[in-house]
Amino acid sequence: METKNKIRVLIAKPGLDGHDKGAKIVALALRDAGMEVIYSGLHQTLEQIIQTATQESVDVIGLSIMSGAHLPISEKLIAMMKEQGLDNVNLTVGGVIPFQDIPKLKEMGVAEVFPGGTSFKDIITSMNKLFE
Amino acid sequence: MIRLIEDNDPTSFEKLKLLYPHASNAFIIGITGSPGVGKSTLIDALITQFRELDKKVAILAVDPSSPFSGGAILGDRIRMQRHATDEKVFIRSMASRGQKGGLSRATKDAVVVFSAMGYEIIIIETVGAGQAEFDIANIAHSIGIVTSPGAGDGIQAVKAGILETGDIFIVNKSDKLDADASVHQLNMMIEMRKSSKTNWKAQVLKTIAQNGTGVKEVADAFLSHFDFMKNNNLIDQKRNAMEKSYFNSLLKDLILEKLFLYMKNSEACKKIEKEIQSGSMDPLSAAEFLVNKLIVFKNNE
Ligand code: B12
Ligand SMILES: Nc1nc2c(ncn2[C@@H]2O[C@H](COP(=O)(O)OP(=O)(O)OP(=O)(O)O)[C@@H](O)[C@H]2O)c(=O)[nH]1
Ligand SMILES: [Mg+2]
Repeated sequence: METKNKIRVLIAKPGLDGHDKGAKIVALALRDAGMEVIYSGLHQTLEQIIQTATQESVDVIGLSIMSGAHLPISEKLIAMMKEQGLDNVNLTVGGVIPFQDIPKLKEMGVAEVFPGGTSFKDIITSMNKLFE
Repeated sequence: MIRLIEDNDPTSFEKLKLLYPHASNAFIIGITGSPGVGKSTLIDALITQFRELDKKVAILAVDPSSPFSGGAILGDRIRMQRHATDEKVFIRSMASRGQKGGLSRATKDAVVVFSAMGYEIIIIETVGAGQAEFDIANIAHSIGIVTSPGAGDGIQAVKAGILETGDIFIVNKSDKLDADASVHQLNMMIEMRKSSKTNWKAQVLKTIAQNGTGVKEVADAFLSHFDFMKNNNLIDQKRNAMEKSYFNSLLKDLILEKLFLYMKNSEACKKIEKEIQSGSMDPLSAAEFLVNKLIVFKNNE
């Protein structure tokens, strides 16, 4: 009778980068893994992402960034998440991410990084692990 | 707070009780129609209209959960993202989740929260025509039914009995061919429907939601329907119907919850389940026996 608590994920594409194939496919994969996915579309400002995450009470924000701007974007968003009190929300980042940047992102506070080529299975496993 | 409701958190019930007395002033609009007719796009344009009147607007967008994985893609919001940073607009997506008491309870709970938060207009988006497993008419003051030209929606609407509940009919995508034919068809069907309980004359309006054409007229039509209800003492009547329906779904929920909790720990129930499995009792007699045993009304109560 109890409704099992679902993991709610916001998938957002910040900035002008228009590569949405990865974001959409990942959204489907996460749905099929039993998660509730809010896809907010292309060209999101960081303010929109913060407001959406708040109103939708998500557990995870998943950015999809192919533009190469993942470092400054993540840094700024994490600062804004702190300001807004989204302390319980995990930030994950996917897209074109050079391997040498992964430790930098994690140091900033990004919970997981999924560079191009990560299998859906690995993405789902890591996502679920965040809530164990 | 809405998250607690969705997760069926025990603390949400007490909080709702506190909010309920402050949740009576909002105007609640239900927008329904077949998949893809442009409901979300229309709501986006309606938000713009209501914001011009400086109304605080909340949106509850309901999408079905996948029956296989239990997950969901909540994609209505993508059409409304330009309002995301407007502090007088609150957009919330909700998955149907096979909610225990049905979607109507969770939807109503969320409406109570929005209303208590001071949102003056609450718009609920649901996929209609057979797919909505609950009666939006018991939650909303006004029902807008969205169709698009040539989709054969007219016939579907009749089948689903949806025509009877509509207050405003919107033919969206009227940039496409055959929009006038759809309007004509809807008008005829409305003429034919048994005169409803009130004297409200349902309107059929054409829109192009994408660029906002005709949307002001839709917003005005909703507001005048609300005025009509107020002027004809229909608001109180509606409130009574809403409360009765809420009460009923709450009752079902609470009884089931209590019963199943009891049954989980009851030896007698386990015994009967075993008897069903072994074939010594059939499910019909077993259910009847248990319910008669568990629920006993005392006389004069
Ligand atoms: C397909 C593609 C396009 C398509 C995009 C179609 C679309 N609608 O998405 C088109 C042809 C339109 C295109 C255009 C351009 N592209 Co292009 N494109 C690609 C390409 C070849 C593949 C991207 C892709 O779809 N991969 C498949 C998906 C499934 O993988 P993915 O997105 O990486 O996602 C995976 C992970 O990253 C992760 N993930 C991603 N997002 C998320 C989100 C969450 C929440 C999670 C959990 C995981 C996750 O999960 C997925 C599975 O592993 C890449 C090359 C590459 N190696 O990535 C270049 C690439 C991204 N493009 C590039 C460029 C430069 C452009 C253009 C600027 C070219 C130009 N000069 O016009 C334009 C810009 C378009 C725009 N408006 O932004 C560069 C970016 C360079 C950079 N980062 O510095 C790349 C890297 C090519 C290159 N090597 O130079 N492109
Ligand atoms: N040509 C045309 N297209 C429109 C119009 N309004 C919406 N659309 C498009 O129709 C598609 C579906 O629009 P949505 O608003 O998502 O429709 P919906 O009814 O909310 O869909 P679901 O929530 O999936 O049932 C989108 O691609 C819109 O851009 C319109 O007036 N004219
Ligand atoms: Mg929609």
